Amino acid sequence: MSLAEFTDQWLSAIAPQISEGSGWLTDLRQGAVEQFATLGLPHARLENWKYTDVKALAKRQFSLPNGQADAVTLIKESSLGLDGIRLVFVDGIFSEQASTLNSLPQGVQVLPLAKNANAAKPLLGQVAAANFSGFTALNLAGWQDGVLIDLAANARLEQPVYLQFVATEQENPVLVQPRILIKAGTYAEATVVEHYAGADDAASLTNAVTEVELADGANITHYKLQQESSKQYHIASMHVQQQRDSRFTSHNVCLGGKLARQDIQVELNGEGAEVNLNGLYLGNARQHLDNHTLVNHNAPHTNSHEDYKGILNDRSRGVFNGRAVVHKNAQKIEAHQSNANLLLSDKAEIDTKPELEIYADDVKCSHGSTTGQLDENALFALRSRGLGEEMARGLLTLAFANEVIDRIEIPAVHDRIEDAVAGRLPEKFNLKGLV
Amino acid sequence: MLEVKDLRVSVEDKEILKGLNLTINPGEVHAIMGPNGAGKSTLSAVIAGRDGYEVTSGSITFEGEDLLEMDIEERARAGLLLGFQYPVEIPGVKNVYLLKAALNAKREHLGLPELEAPEFMKLVREKLQFMKMDSSFLHRSVNEGFSGGEKKRNEILQMLILEPKLALLDEIDSGLDIDALKIVSEGVNSLRDAGRSIVMVTHYQRLLDYIVPDHIHVLSDGKIIKSGDKSLAFELEKRGYDWVIEEAAQ
Ligand SMILES: Nc1ncnc2c1ncn2[C@@H]1O[C@H](COP(=O)(O)OP(=O)(O)OP(=O)(O)O)[C@@H](O)[C@H]1O
Ligand SMILES: [Mg+2]
Repeated sequence: MSLAEFTDQWLSAIAPQISEGSGWLTDLRQGAVEQFATLGLPHARLENWKYTDVKALAKRQFSLPNGQADAVTLIKESSLGLDGIRLVFVDGIFSEQASTLNSLPQGVQVLPLAKNANAAKPLLGQVAAANFSGFTALNLAGWQDGVLIDLAANARLEQPVYLQFVATEQENPVLVQPRILIKAGTYAEATVVEHYAGADDAASLTNAVTEVELADGANITHYKLQQESSKQYHIASMHVQQQRDSRFTSHNVCLGGKLARQDIQVELNGEGAEVNLNGLYLGNARQHLDNHTLVNHNAPHTNSHEDYKGILNDRSRGVFNGRAVVHKNAQKIEAHQSNANLLLSDKAEIDTKPELEIYADDVKCSHGSTTGQLDENALFALRSRGLGEEMARGLLTLAFANEVIDRIEIPAVHDRIEDAVAGRLPEKFNLKGLV
Repeated sequence: MLEVKDLRVSVEDKEILKGLNLTINPGEVHAIMGPNGAGKSTLSAVIAGRDGYEVTSGSITFEGEDLLEMDIEERARAGLLLGFQYPVEIPGVKNVYLLKAALNAKREHLGLPELEAPEFMKLVREKLQFMKMDSSFLHRSVNEGFSGGEKKRNEILQMLILEPKLALLDEIDSGLDIDALKIVSEGVNSLRDAGRSIVMVTHYQRLLDYIVPDHIHVLSDGKIIKSGDKSLAFELEKRGYDWVIEEAAQ
């Protein structure tokens, strides 16, 4: 199928969304349609998409979700158990019935997006450029639902906002396009958990975009847990803009999907802004897991720390690209990056590239990537207590993942993720019942 | 229990153990002393099965079995435990996972079912208390950020839970203050019985006041050059090793 045919097909799939809504929104969507028509789907000639081929998507027919599927069991079983402020989306469509929105403190708004699009006008498309990639344009053109989290100055949310996206099995694969908008006023604080899970045979394409705006002194912690089915495609990008003294922490755990691509773009625009990016990806079978991060140090005295770890088994393939750019005049910067990988099989593969681009002179930077072996001393120590070699390897592999997982501060989420990771490690490690 | 015969071991083509003989009977407590670099830790490592040591001749049998033919974990399951001179830090592996996995492995070897969680926790808490360790240690990574003394106590905690037939304790007393030394010694002494043997490597007679050995050996330049009873430790403390080495040379 030619790109033109393909574009037409996708555009007709999202046409209903474009015609919906009030004037400004239709205009915005229409503009994005044009962007998408120009950009098309990313292709391998683009440096950022060199290792991740989405051509296969072009062969698929997608339809739009209706959110009507019976997902009660799926919602229950995949839940992280964060019940205070919980928004459930079935195939990307908000389910009021499954959600709880109890007692929000003063100054906090958590609004399902489709019904409250007008409230999102000042933010929508402001942080995430429509032309970031074809997928970003496509999402802006055809997003179906999502959430707006709006925190007034000094507002503090003690409980995390739990966004649970479940994908059901559908006769024809659906195109699910969530949009998540987070706006934190000065000194506002909140934690947001974005969680994606799928039924075993769900085969949809998720194309999610998250926009986060942090005013002076705001503090946002964002969790992303991706556990979609092995038949799903998961494309997501998160775009963050930070003002003075704000702090953004991202925990990004990527376990599911046939092909998953996550982009994170952070703009440190104000002095004293700090970002921490923690990531873990674990690939099995023929999974393809790609993480691209970009941090722009646009102001002096800004810090970034990035630690991504990958475990790749079978014939899975990982891609990591972490770019930090220190712009001219952005002095007194700290930018640290590391990416470490464990390959559990000869056929697994990783393409890793931490990149630093520095146009200022007073900076403290480090970067490195390793493809590691387990620590032989630790292996001996464990076996010397009677643990079989495979189990010892398993525990050390889990320990490697735990360096990232242990930074997760919500105990329920921490334990769920540790379990999920242990459950996806090779059976021969025999970790069941132990952790 | 353990029989080491004419053991010669090389590391990277350098001979470290040069025909070492040692017999440990059930119920006995032995101490091995000797100058730095004599090969004491090498002997422990070879017995435990660490890679990188080439046994060029001789044999080691444990309860009549050829130890050198066994994997590291098989030796442990058969009842051997090496207390490390430098306990290894294992970031990300919780103490409790290690203890549980180790105990399960041993029980499976003995044909026993796994301990149920409450029973296991009861056992662990009891031993923790004995070692005067806080239960928060269970959820910390193995030895990570532990002080020197805490690491050594942790080795003995593992020993109390695993109840090995033969414990080889390499400098279990180094880095311990007097209170910790007492706790560690009480831990070791609580396991002393007619069926169990203990070998301690140490530089200090002080430990032997608390854990009184039946035999003392001097290991020098890869060989046991003198053996005696506990009075030998006092003499070594007073006079050093030179006279033993000279005596052996004649
Ligand atoms: N992996 C190794 N590579 C090279 N040499 C080694 C290695 N391990 C041990 N050796 C050497 O073997 C000799 C014996 O070392 P070992 O650690 O057994 O001594 P030790 O008697 O335990 O000494 P200490 O009292 O200082 O602990 C030393 O000369 C040491 O340098
Ligand atoms: Mg030594």
